[in-house]
Amino acid sequence: MAVVFERPKSLLDVPTHFCPGCGHGIVHRLVCEVLDEMGIIGDTIGVVPVGCSVMSYNYFGCDVIEAPHGRAPAVATGAKRVNPDKIVFTYQGDGDLAAIGTAETVHVGTRGENIVIIFINNTTYGMTGGQMAPTTLPGQVTQTTPYGRNTDTAGYPIRVCEMMSTLSGVALAQRVAIDSVPHIREAKKAIRKAFDNQVAKRGLSIVEVLSTCPTNWGLSPDKSMEFVREKMIPYYPLGVYKDKAAEEEAAK
Amino acid sequence: MKGNEALAEAAIRCGCKCFFGYPITPQTELSAYMAKRMEKSGGVFLQAESEIAAINMVLGAASTGVRAMTSSSSPGVSLKAEGISYMAGSDLPAVIINVQRGGPGLGSIQPAQSDYFQATKAMGHGDFHIMVYAPCSVQEMVDTVTLAFDKADQYRTPVMILADGLLGQMMEPVTFPEPKTDLPDKSDWAACGHENKREHHIINSLFLDAPLLEAKVLERFERYKAIEENETDAEVYMCDGAELVITAYGASARVAKSAVTKARNEGIKVGLFRPKTLWPFPVNELKEATKDAKNILDVEMSMGQMIYDVKLATECKIPTTFFGRTGGVIPTPAEVYDEIKKITGGAK
Amino acid sequence: MTTEIILAGFGGQGILFTGKILAYCGLMAGKELSWLPSYGPEMRGGTANCSVCISDDPIGSPLVANPDILIAMNGPSFNKFIDAVKPGGLVLADSSIVDEDCKRDDITYIAMPATNIASENDMNGSANMILMGRMLVESDLFDMDTVRKAMEKCIPPKRANLIDVNMKAVEIGASSK
Repeated sequence: MAVVFERPKSLLDVPTHFCPGCGHGIVHRLVCEVLDEMGIIGDTIGVVPVGCSVMSYNYFGCDVIEAPHGRAPAVATGAKRVNPDKIVFTYQGDGDLAAIGTAETVHVGTRGENIVIIFINNTTYGMTGGQMAPTTLPGQVTQTTPYGRNTDTAGYPIRVCEMMSTLSGVALAQRVAIDSVPHIREAKKAIRKAFDNQVAKRGLSIVEVLSTCPTNWGLSPDKSMEFVREKMIPYYPLGVYKDKAAEEEAAK
Repeated sequence: MKGNEALAEAAIRCGCKCFFGYPITPQTELSAYMAKRMEKSGGVFLQAESEIAAINMVLGAASTGVRAMTSSSSPGVSLKAEGISYMAGSDLPAVIINVQRGGPGLGSIQPAQSDYFQATKAMGHGDFHIMVYAPCSVQEMVDTVTLAFDKADQYRTPVMILADGLLGQMMEPVTFPEPKTDLPDKSDWAACGHENKREHHIINSLFLDAPLLEAKVLERFERYKAIEENETDAEVYMCDGAELVITAYGASARVAKSAVTKARNEGIKVGLFRPKTLWPFPVNELKEATKDAKNILDVEMSMGQMIYDVKLATECKIPTTFFGRTGGVIPTPAEVYDEIKKITGGAK
Repeated sequence: MTTEIILAGFGGQGILFTGKILAYCGLMAGKELSWLPSYGPEMRGGTANCSVCISDDPIGSPLVANPDILIAMNGPSFNKFIDAVKPGGLVLADSSIVDEDCKRDDITYIAMPATNIASENDMNGSANMILMGRMLVESDLFDMDTVRKAMEKCIPPKRANLIDVNMKAVEIGASSK
């Protein structure tokens, strides 16, 4: 019988620690499919942060560096600058990228570091048990916003792609989701575009993936997908916020 | 050449491929020199958005197996503490330079030695040490840079050069070593892309399994033991028959040396013990140098930090007094000389 | 034998540069030497000073507390350091700027209007070199050949025209004795 679906070679054959219904598994798979398709796993250096995705170093088949909390973009900068011919990507959650690591994120954008950022937005700190993240929606209940996020005291969620798209060094800022098959296919295309940009030395590419955290949301996996669709996407509209390659193509 | 510039040139010559820094007085000339020279030498210079980013860029570059460096001054080094801890926990070699200034807080920008505790005892959270060198002249800074990179690679540990504003700003004649070409091979651990030729390498400091982390730390402490046994160094000046031994490092040792020379010329039996490594502290060397001593005078540009290591090393068997200036004030040879006279009662 | 020198004045008067020339003279003459500047906000138009040590033996503290030679190019610097000069020491002040009188009689004190001399000779900004020239003949520290060699080392090739300008100022200072 012909094999029509298998594990990407870049994704190692080990059990993950992710909860049932967690979006990380899907996004890991998409990244690894792209690495396989491009045949670059041997030339790739991954940088993983603090948070649920820290142990991704056990799952990605490339060389991987663990970064301190929020510092993955800086670590990736160091690795890429001394290895300009290698492919370097970071894989970061919302607390890591948009709270403790905001400065690092903004500055790899403004410098146009030729790296890829895969940004998982699931509106919460998963690893520590579901506290308010910079992306937690107004009114959303978390461990540290037990009465719902009050924007008067806890401020508003950050729309990362919109912010990053204002920076001249950013080549791609695109928001995708994994709540449906069409969205997942779109997500993969965006990730591919990001890595293609790096090969073409276009600058920083950030792909924001709206993902799930069933455990901390207290929802079943399928209800979590509904949450992405009904609550998150309206606040975080999907789409391309910046795409230098497409702009150049259109200008021709 | 200025001390700061000499540090930079020495680093380039010993194969440092990248420098990541953030402006802060009094180490700025080091960054400026790197900006001018690093790219021309085929390396990378980058002014980071923060001290924190700079140390993490070092972490990233060092992870791929290249020689990497950053420099700062006291307040900036505090910000780097996180990254240094992670590097120690990931067994990453790198060189970090602290051109100390007065503190705490923003403090002053004048030379000080008040980061001794931080450098030798608590350069970040967790169970670890970093090697700390304390040069006292521009030439010795150059020599120490070479040593620091070699030892960082040999023991896979961050190494700090603890200088101060005086050493960084002063100019003295200096000769540089020939550029180093035979750098150590790190392909057995570096994360630089496996090219499908080996298993993937992971650089990490996270070990959720407590016994596994304990084993990692124990292995690291075996290396620390080897460092303590093999890497201590000190200058012993006129300690033969000295009834009073002054302990001082870096800039304050130079001040003390002037005072010791003057006192010796007047027949006062005084010597100087200058640790060149602060961690590991040269315990045996100090014991030997103080075997005839009736008193020890510890001189620092702080309120007294190294003095605890001096007392530990001598097991508090020799009465030890302290003289220091702090906040960026540099003691004068005359002040130290007066202390010598106070303790010894002058020439007999 | 060790000679300890303090040079002090406003930022922009060439204090640090003068010190650097003296340090390089030491290098050219095969001596031990050190040069230590004040740094920080002083560089932004405030007061600047530097310590230079020239010695036959390795130098201990590079920070000069009691100089053998003081060149003071403004009033605050003169007041700050005059009492620290060793008995028997040499003090030169730019009397175009320094109004203070020298009350010490245990030192050699030379007040010369270096800034005015510089303008008279169409050499604005060379008062530092004029004072250094006078200091060198008074102290017999280095000869003119050594000074020229030091200048050649200190001044980058693209500004080599400054070597002759500076040397002329040094000689004006030297011949004013």
